[in-house]
Amino acid sequence: MNIKTEFSDKTLTAIIEGDIDHHTAKGIRETIDLAVEEKNPSALTLDFGNVQFMDSSGIGLIMGRYRLMKLLNGNLELVNLPEHINRLISLSGLFSLDIIKNKGCEQIETRE
Amino acid sequence: MKPVNEMKIEFVSRSSNESFARATVAAFVSQLDPTISELADIKTAVSEAVTNCIVHAYKNSIGTIYISVQIFDTGRITIKIRDKGVGIPNIKKAMEPLFTTGGDERAGLGFAVMQSFMDKIKVTSKIDKGTTVTLEKDIIPRVLRNG
Repeated sequence: MNIKTEFSDKTLTAIIEGDIDHHTAKGIRETIDLAVEEKNPSALTLDFGNVQFMDSSGIGLIMGRYRLMKLLNGNLELVNLPEHINRLISLSGLFSLDIIKNKGCEQIETRE
Repeated sequence: MKPVNEMKIEFVSRSSNESFARATVAAFVSQLDPTISELADIKTAVSEAVTNCIVHAYKNSIGTIYISVQIFDTGRITIKIRDKGVGIPNIKKAMEPLFTTGGDERAGLGFAVMQSFMDKIKVTSKIDKGTTVTLEKDIIPRVLRNG
């Protein structure tokens, strides 16, 4: 399984590892949603520091978890975004949701 | 213009092959010595196109996905991803950002990503015959990159 979850201070942190694509997204989603159901956290943090690859399936995953946390009156936060994922997220418009916390991560690359 | 190098692969539309497809294309284009960023762009675009074949073209079946990659001496690469699936009824609609028929967990960004990460995209499709997505990208030769 390419995901680990940790729970402390009402915050559930999911550390995702490896590739996020259509094939792996289902297992990642199920693991996170199960942990959310069990712990009922007020905040969910997705850690992308160990993600090697992500396509738009990852955007779908983020959007779905955002909706889930809103439903539970909680917050979603994204941390440790690699540059490549930052670019995908800026393309998706998800930045407007104010869920990104760039803890010591690279700048967003702008395309000319 | 004749390609200086070319490769073709075909594989069944199982989602476990998504990583195989993008890794194989990336390995082939690596001979152009692309930057990590260019390689990530290509892998992402290929992943989107292949996922479309699996999620949409062969929605209720398993079919064959065909990929061919051509390299030109200018540093241009052309990647064709072809299926013999259901086809796209309205290409313009399908390419609109956020449009999806894939349900709640799909962002509807596949074509937008391909458009943004590659230099050029062409989509041709025929109902019940299949779809071909052609992606182009110019890889800047290292000699020019380093000045």
